[in-house]
Amino acid sequence: MSHEMDHTRLQRVISGVKRPENPSMLQATLAFSSRALIKIKHVPEQMFDVTVFPIIFLMMFTYLFGGALSGSATEYLQYLLPGILVMTVIQITMYTGTELNNDIRKGIFDRFKTLPIWLPSTLVGSLLVDVIRYSIAMTIMISLGFILGFRPDGGVVGVSLAVVTILVFSFCFSWIWTTLGILMRSEKSIMMASMMVIFPLTFISNVFVDPETLPGWLQVRSDKSDLFTDYGCSRINARNSNLTRSYLSNGSCSHSFHHLCTTYNVLI
Amino acid sequence: MDELAIEVKDLVKSFGKERVLDRLHLSIPKGIVYGLLGPNGAGKTTTVRILSTLLKPDGGHVKILGYDTEKHASEVRKRISLTGQYASVDEDLTGLENLVMLARLLGYPKKQAKERARELLEAFRLEDAAKRLVKNYSGGMRRRIDIAASIIVAPEILFLDEPTTGLDPESRNEVWEVIRAFVKGGTTVILTTQYLEEADQLADRIAVINRGKLIAEGTSNELKDSVGLSRLHITIVSEKDLNEAKKILEQKLTIEVQIEGMTLSAQVNNPSLVASALGELANRQIEITDFSLGRPTLDEAFLNLTSDSIGGVEG
Ligand SMILES: Nc1ncnc2c1ncn2[C@@H]1O[C@H](COP(=O)(O)OP(=O)(O)OP(=O)(O)O)[C@@H](O)[C@H]1O
Ligand SMILES: [Mg+2]
Repeated sequence: MSHEMDHTRLQRVISGVKRPENPSMLQATLAFSSRALIKIKHVPEQMFDVTVFPIIFLMMFTYLFGGALSGSATEYLQYLLPGILVMTVIQITMYTGTELNNDIRKGIFDRFKTLPIWLPSTLVGSLLVDVIRYSIAMTIMISLGFILGFRPDGGVVGVSLAVVTILVFSFCFSWIWTTLGILMRSEKSIMMASMMVIFPLTFISNVFVDPETLPGWLQVRSDKSDLFTDYGCSRINARNSNLTRSYLSNGSCSHSFHHLCTTYNVLI
Repeated sequence: MDELAIEVKDLVKSFGKERVLDRLHLSIPKGIVYGLLGPNGAGKTTTVRILSTLLKPDGGHVKILGYDTEKHASEVRKRISLTGQYASVDEDLTGLENLVMLARLLGYPKKQAKERARELLEAFRLEDAAKRLVKNYSGGMRRRIDIAASIIVAPEILFLDEPTTGLDPESRNEVWEVIRAFVKGGTTVILTTQYLEEADQLADRIAVINRGKLIAEGTSNELKDSVGLSRLHITIVSEKDLNEAKKILEQKLTIEVQIEGMTLSAQVNNPSLVASALGELANRQIEITDFSLGRPTLDEAFLNLTSDSIGGVEG
């Protein structure tokens, strides 16, 4: 009896369903963005690393190293804040890559692949939500910085330019992790890879100390790397509004973005 | 004109050096449940992934409803749907959120996406679980939401990769009912399974795959027939008589006899000899508790087929 009822009910939901028109690139991207936002809603703790961690980091470094490195905490803060801003945001760029890796391993990505959508929207959608994460982290850090006595030479314009530079740079940088997300076996290996790259680079860059105090061979390398250029230019933006170097670094990262997009399409 | 839902010719696929599919041929008519039956690692998932355009074959070609999977992948994708062996919805979202997201990705505007999602949740009796995270679903609910997600836009062909593995009998029956309802509604269902019983109960036709090779194809009755007309089972009372009983049967029927517990079983080529064999057992006062002469179960057919194919590969 109940089987008969189930049968008619099930048959009703599959009969007479007209296929809607395929979604546009924008619609698909927004659907994936809302997926990422829903996940934040379900697990708000995942926002700790864009809210609580930056605060802890900033306080810790300012007061722990400030005295030793620059004589006074406020003085060191002028130097530290732009760098630590970039460092925090760079750490967040891993999100989408690890999520993608999860999706592929668990199998849901197979379903996405059979949908009539522009496939990169899976990534672009969640990268857009990452931009929200970056913005929250930066807002918190800059506000806290002001309270602690950060006074950028570049003024409002300089700070805004720095923020935009970091946003664009991070968006580009995250494509490295999404590429690894496709290639690597597990999210742990992505974390490892990113730790291996980000940590040492952060410390030998000019985030915490002026590179001129580093041994010669390290200084040479820091001149050549995008990551360092960006640390440098966000600092310069914030303090002197010097734009040339920031354009340089954006140029090269949009180049790498383009490159990775192509790789991504080939891989999938 | 084209009566076939799926036509597979000479399908070959290797991962590295391992040849996973070896010149597979399949012709699947429309409107039936077609079972792909095989043990672990047989190549079922690989086959389904190729048929549903997720994987490119190394050789051979596949036509789905007349469309080539490589040349017309997007035409194929409009007509099929896949419920994968592993997660095919997002565990960190609720059932409702999953269906709404997928409906939007299929092109429904937001409002219609919600309507469609609710309709499906109701049909699959998941209304109460609509707002729970999928990772907290039971195995049976999990499979139902997986399948619901596959039919948001009703496909002409539905692939289900091991839809009942790990389910308790009740949940398994629910999934079976869902599949039966679809087929009544005209959908062609391709089902992979390791369970003979499932193929026997559900599938109109079965392809038995082992090590990437098609080793038998047909209705479950045909498969049973192909293994041998009759199968004799005799269960005796006393263990000490086992060997003697075996000897008698082998002499009288000139066949090989297998022993499993207290049961002797054998494939019988000439059923008329069975009576005299039984007579002889009675003469020797070997007591019998159970006796049957009939067609093999699909289990026996399957074992027979797969062991033949292993012998074939090695020999
Ligand atoms: N991506 C892959 N890379 C390498 N080998 C693979 C890959 N996918 C499958 N294989 C191998 O191909 C063979 C067939 O795998 P497949 O998943 O198709 O089997 P199956 O019949 O679905 O098995 P199961 O019942 O366990 O799901 C296995 O030996 C497996 O190890
Ligand atoms: Mg499988």
